[in-house]
Amino acid sequence: MTHIAIADQPAEMHHPHSFVTKYIWSQDHKVIAIQYGATAISVGLIALVLSGLMRLQLGFPDTFSFIDPSDYYQYVTMHGMIMVIYLLTALFLGGFGNYLIPLQIGARDMVFPFLNMLSYWFYLLSVLILLASFFVGGGPTGAGWTLYPPQAILRGTPGADMGIVLMLVSLAVFIIAFTMGGLNYVTTILQARTRGMTLMRMPLSVWGIFVATVLGLFAFPALFVSAVMMAFDKLLGTSFFMPAVVSIGETLDYSGGSPVLFQHLFWFFGHPEVYIVALPAFGLVSDVLSTHARKNIFGYRMMVWAIVAIGGLSFIVWAHHMYVSGMNPYFGFFFAFTTLIIAVPTALKVYNWVLTLWQGNIRLTVPMLFAMGFIFTFVHGGLTGIFLGNVTVDLPLSDTYFVVAHFHMVMGVSPVMVLFAAIYHWFPKITGRMFNVTLGKIHFWATFLGTYAIYLPMHYLGFLGVPRRYYAIGNTDFIPDSATALNANITIAAIFVGVVQLIFIVNILWSLFKGKPAGGNPWDATSLEWQTPETPPGHGNWGPRLPTVYRWAYEYSVPGAKQDFVPQNVPPEDVEMEPGAGPYREHTV
Amino acid sequence: MSLLQTLTETPWNSHADEASAVAAHAGTPSVAPQRVALWFFLGIVAVLFALFSVAYVVRMDLQDWRPMPESPALWVNTGMLFLSSLALQWTRMNLHRNAARVRAGLLLGALTTIAFVVGQLLVWRAMSADGYIVYGNPANSFFYVLTGLHALHILGGLWVWIRTGVKVRLGASPDEVRLSIELCSTYWHFLLLVWLVVFALLSYT
Repeated sequence: MTHIAIADQPAEMHHPHSFVTKYIWSQDHKVIAIQYGATAISVGLIALVLSGLMRLQLGFPDTFSFIDPSDYYQYVTMHGMIMVIYLLTALFLGGFGNYLIPLQIGARDMVFPFLNMLSYWFYLLSVLILLASFFVGGGPTGAGWTLYPPQAILRGTPGADMGIVLMLVSLAVFIIAFTMGGLNYVTTILQARTRGMTLMRMPLSVWGIFVATVLGLFAFPALFVSAVMMAFDKLLGTSFFMPAVVSIGETLDYSGGSPVLFQHLFWFFGHPEVYIVALPAFGLVSDVLSTHARKNIFGYRMMVWAIVAIGGLSFIVWAHHMYVSGMNPYFGFFFAFTTLIIAVPTALKVYNWVLTLWQGNIRLTVPMLFAMGFIFTFVHGGLTGIFLGNVTVDLPLSDTYFVVAHFHMVMGVSPVMVLFAAIYHWFPKITGRMFNVTLGKIHFWATFLGTYAIYLPMHYLGFLGVPRRYYAIGNTDFIPDSATALNANITIAAIFVGVVQLIFIVNILWSLFKGKPAGGNPWDATSLEWQTPETPPGHGNWGPRLPTVYRWAYEYSVPGAKQDFVPQNVPPEDVEMEPGAGPYREHTV
Repeated sequence: MSLLQTLTETPWNSHADEASAVAAHAGTPSVAPQRVALWFFLGIVAVLFALFSVAYVVRMDLQDWRPMPESPALWVNTGMLFLSSLALQWTRMNLHRNAARVRAGLLLGALTTIAFVVGQLLVWRAMSADGYIVYGNPANSFFYVLTGLHALHILGGLWVWIRTGVKVRLGASPDEVRLSIELCSTYWHFLLLVWLVVFALLSYT
């Protein structure tokens, strides 16, 4: 029996009719993708507001009486955790993974639609549990997003009562949700590709999402293990991670546990997590760049190999987050070595993006602007990563703003640039309408220049030795007044960038109802999702017959062809050629 | 097609491998999606227990570790789990031959599995009655976490197994339950293997 996800004339597809089955308890991958996306963006806006509050405190200390040190640490913690896990991971994989996988490989849906629906509802539950911690006694945890024991569960840390428990429970629920979704994504990619869609003909978006999902499936268990053991330490009084502690003059019952063990487990998840976010971004941006440069992606095979190599290497670099925790120098050497090795495939990808642009017929559309912005911010953040990958350079810089600047450039701004590129790029397909281009361009320039105004000076603060994690710097001799002035400027830039995001929200909401109809393929793109019979794609995506794929997804500007793109599903004999150009042959690079 | 061949394809020269590409993907996938998903899931469970094992070995080397006495009842439970694994394998082998044996195998498997879980609970009760409570010593904590997590995985499998049993009871044909029974037996063998590793780890101290 052919699975319904890849059947022509599927007999079993249930077309939902009522509002509830169509938009709420939906098993359609496109609706689930939008649910994931809307939830992730909403919770991301909360995290954005938290970062604004943090910046107000840092830029203008002693001004805002409603922010006390505990509040500040709670903002830091919740901002970090929400952005990394509940926004970026959920939006890239739950949002774009869900939307694009079946459409780009030519399937009708995910292979386990019910599990897919369950995945979203578990995700929503995890978000609600997380947000509930704002309303319990003591507030949310303020342990920092890494939740290091022993301080994470000891009195004196904000939210050490219920906040940390809700955080751990929320993470465990999120991991269950991710596992259900992730099993779906990998199985769908492996088993539900349409006729002719070989692995090496898949768009790089699918490759990025695929490898990132595999990383997630095997890395999240490490977070699960650490969350379970820490919950035991907190609730049942075990000593997995807790050493003997005297807390506020009182000797606690803990003894003998190893906080460093937690750090190893946490970062065994935490480093692959960076690539769980980055690899889908790499994939999506490759497709956006190629489409809007009207040129095939440079070095497709190398791009695939680089994604796979980065995925593999990401499991053996975790301890570079722990140089300051103290370790055998040989270990430090090993992890510095692997960290620098991972720069090789990453740099290769950057070269290929730039070479894709070279001699392309570049169209400076809004998604293209964001994609090119990503190349800048990613190179920038990547280079400072090479500094920090070396033990001797990391030690003095680790607790300064240099690190804040580094990871925000490479893991905050860069993926967000890709998210905006991807949202603007696929918005016409998802909604059938075009966004407002002028507002989109204003949004890009304000965000791109604004984030530089925030993070570039932070590198300098780091070199000065301004410590991160501090609620207020106070009067310290080695920090000049100019640094304080710089901090105020950074805050103004941050508030500006935060407010500018309203333009994006307004643009999206307005265009959803009032945008001009976009047509099925407004960017003249080649991959399958742009060739659906309906826009937005209907239930089952493809009408009675599944598409057949004849080529890769990057057939742009073929010499002699009438149009400058040849979709994946057009048979070779149907490609129209200029008079006198001879028959169509796929060109060799 | 081997992985190496796949990764060295040149998709821009699509005339060269067009025929093979279309032929390779015409119609049904050769492996059921459920089977692929199960193998990935087994990988995840393996990583989960491997990480706990690493944590166990690291924690064991610290000073305050006091090993628990080994409970002989665990050998009986191991025997029960082994029997249930065997019962499912037997069910699987008889699927197209003997309907009565299929029903008997499913029932026997369910009973021995339930016996395993109940047996583990009894060991828990005996241990805590003897003063080996969960927060007493890290060795005890690991004992409860590892056995508990393993039992939870068994119970998850049991739910699928019972659903399959009900289907057979209601007269499903062998072809309708073949995949469920095959996947259940794979899962059981895997959990038996995990249990043997966990048991060895617990006895190692």
